[in-house]
Amino acid sequence: MGPSLERNIARTLLITVAIAAVACEREQRNLGQSQSAAPSAFVADVDLQPGPTFISDTSEGPFDDNAYNTAEGQALFEEMNCSGCHAHGGGAMGPALMDDQWIYGSLPNQIFASIAQGRPNGMPAWKYRLNNKQIWELVAYVRSLSGLTPKGARPAREDHMMVIPAPNQTPNAKPKNSSLPSASMFP
Amino acid sequence: MQHIGDTHRGWAHVGALVATCALVCLAACRPDESRSTGSTNVQRGAAPTTAGGEVDLGADDGQWVMPAKNYAATRFSGLTEINEQTVARLRPIATFSTGTLRGHEAAPIVANNTMYIVTPYPNFVYALDLTKPGLPVKWSYNPKPLLASQGVACCDVVNRGAVYDAGKIFFNTLDGRTIALDAATGKPAWDTKVAEINIGETITMAPLVVKGRVLVGNSGGEMGVRGWVKGLDENSGKVVWTAYATGPDKDVLIGPSFKAYYTKDQGKDLGVSSWPPGAWKIGGGTMWGWIAYDSTLDLIYYGTANPGPWNPDVRPGDNKWTSTQFARRPEDGTAVWAYQLTPHDEHDYDGVNEQIIADLPIGGQTRKVLIRPDRNGYVYVIDRQTGQLLSANPYVFINSTTGVDLKTGQLAVNPDKSPQVGKVIREICPAAPGGKDWQPSAYSPKTGLLYIPHQNLCMDEEGVSANYIAGTPYVGMNVKMYAGPGGNRGEFEAWNPVTGKQVWAVKEDLPVWSGALVTAGDVAFYGTMDGWFKAVDARSGKLLWQFKTGSGIIGQPVTYKGPDGHQYVAVLSGVGGWSGAIVAGMLDPRDSSAAAGFVNAMRDLPQKSTMGGMLYVFGL
Ligand code: HEC
Repeated sequence: MGPSLERNIARTLLITVAIAAVACEREQRNLGQSQSAAPSAFVADVDLQPGPTFISDTSEGPFDDNAYNTAEGQALFEEMNCSGCHAHGGGAMGPALMDDQWIYGSLPNQIFASIAQGRPNGMPAWKYRLNNKQIWELVAYVRSLSGLTPKGARPAREDHMMVIPAPNQTPNAKPKNSSLPSASMFP
Repeated sequence: MQHIGDTHRGWAHVGALVATCALVCLAACRPDESRSTGSTNVQRGAAPTTAGGEVDLGADDGQWVMPAKNYAATRFSGLTEINEQTVARLRPIATFSTGTLRGHEAAPIVANNTMYIVTPYPNFVYALDLTKPGLPVKWSYNPKPLLASQGVACCDVVNRGAVYDAGKIFFNTLDGRTIALDAATGKPAWDTKVAEINIGETITMAPLVVKGRVLVGNSGGEMGVRGWVKGLDENSGKVVWTAYATGPDKDVLIGPSFKAYYTKDQGKDLGVSSWPPGAWKIGGGTMWGWIAYDSTLDLIYYGTANPGPWNPDVRPGDNKWTSTQFARRPEDGTAVWAYQLTPHDEHDYDGVNEQIIADLPIGGQTRKVLIRPDRNGYVYVIDRQTGQLLSANPYVFINSTTGVDLKTGQLAVNPDKSPQVGKVIREICPAAPGGKDWQPSAYSPKTGLLYIPHQNLCMDEEGVSANYIAGTPYVGMNVKMYAGPGGNRGEFEAWNPVTGKQVWAVKEDLPVWSGALVTAGDVAFYGTMDGWFKAVDARSGKLLWQFKTGSGIIGQPVTYKGPDGHQYVAVLSGVGGWSGAIVAGMLDPRDSSAAAGFVNAMRDLPQKSTMGGMLYVFGL
């Protein structure tokens, strides 16, 4: 009895402390940023995993289904000069982002890592310039370009000269070169 | 030093032996003995001396020591074995895979029976032994440029070639280094970092060596880079001078001996006052194109690139000294004269195209001129002593400007085609890559004609806000290109610089993005982006011979005399560059702004050409 009760108390305490800690963390953040932590787990960039285990990453991007934040991502894509290197998704100095081929993966966590950490062949690391929320907004916009986010959340038009089909009309380009299941595969 | 393959090391150890054998017994090594005329290989001592006391290797038709052939940048060879009659018999005698797949814009360099090739990023250098069948590799060198440099190269990770001088090979790397290698062994003599990728600088141009100076310029006009040309000491690699294209006179190396011909180009510190405050610091004017040298006048000539950002509204003023023709002293870079070709450029009309040195009969006199087929669509003929404009005639369809006033030197802009923020302006001709881009023309003193490889493209433009973040694009323009009048996207044109008129033109479906070559055999060579290497009659443009290479051709053809005394022609095949970015970068044509709008005009290229990287050598 005794030890079991102790264990229960301990567990309750632990949970309380944990909740308090999370709440503290929340308090430190600005309003509206509750969903904008960096990916909590390490992100795999490759499909190949040694041994029999196959761990799939099914977490969604926090703004995948949010039209407002996707639009913010679209604005950032211009302001941060992403469009200079990736054009409006068709690519230039950097690879195309609207197609079904991904070098480092199409999952929200993977794209977050691509933007935050940079990639070796010329993708700058943005984590010192953008906060997590902004990066997640960019993740949502990047994914919208190939129709990987819900149709209703994708931009209805380009703000400028029509150079690409409206992302909300773009068919879902199921990533071709990845066997990792995509988090959100909306039709 | 790092060799790509260890097997090549052996050659260094037996270098002397090989060299000796090459001189004595190479004729016997040739498989086809009947063609071994016994002529000795060409020694540099045989080359004539310039007025500057320099050995002008460029005058030696047996070799091809710099991409433009000679200081006058004519790309003309006096060799005649391959001519209108014989060219039909041309056949490939050797091929060599460069091991890379991006755009191959370089010229193979030939010196002392060795061919030197520098590849696109990662800028491998190969020395091929011309004295042996199959042209085996003598040595190779891997400069290991920074991976990240690929991300800041605006228009594919190209390299326009190496240059040979005084026993060394000089070349630039994408990550901003100039390297000198021992031509016999491939051992680096020096390796100098001149550009910084973190502010968007890369190097794609071929250096030129003049009077002990290795001349190098930066790329990055789309990244808010401040343009410069540097003169490095040929022996030590130390930077002796830097001439910026923007900023105060002291930075541009404009001093008391500077004299601009036109009033519009006269005044103090124009590189500051023709910009909004401070904008010159990120204003472009890079130099990734061609330099020519007149040893009698002791002047180097080059033009600077576009101002940044492309959106012109944020930089009211002439934006000096972008899109400007310069004449400078090679030793210390002192500016002698300058002429701004495109003041306050609105359409990415860089001024880095080739300028060819010639003496032409104009107005009853022989004038010392530069012939410059500029990106803005005009062939300029300029007095190279003073910078005075002698003529400027359109060689492509132009509606962005209406002409050049020879009295004032002023280019007349058509305001209807000026880009605006938030408004799409349609059918601007020529498009951003201009009437022609980097692809160099050839000039035959024999026919008196200039052979211009070029494109025929127009575009829609919409100005958008440009945000300067170091190391990222600073452009502020949405662009969409398409074929110009007539529908053909390219042309190979013969031009008479004296009359200022076209003589003949071969229409090509795709932009002609390769360099040109012309010989005393009256044959002109060029390549197409779908892989045809063509020889045409230099007087009529009639197709005399063609060969389909593995990938599209955007390289610079060269010709030389082999150790067997026979003439050969060489070219690299490997599509890419700005025009071929859709293939080399696997871009998505659903976005018509991809590759700064060039992809829209090249949607069919993936069906016509695949990536490649192969040297082809042709002989009779
Ligand atoms: C200076 C040019 C440059 C800028 C600016 C740039 N990128 Fe990139 N980006 C690249 C290059 C080059 C790569 C490919 C890197 C590699 O292969 O290692 C890349 C890769 C990526 C990838 C991974 C693509 C894949 O197939 O896995 C994503 C996602 C991406 N960039 C998004 C962005 C976003 C969002 C921005 C703006 C915040 C941005 N990029 C700004 C050059 C750039």
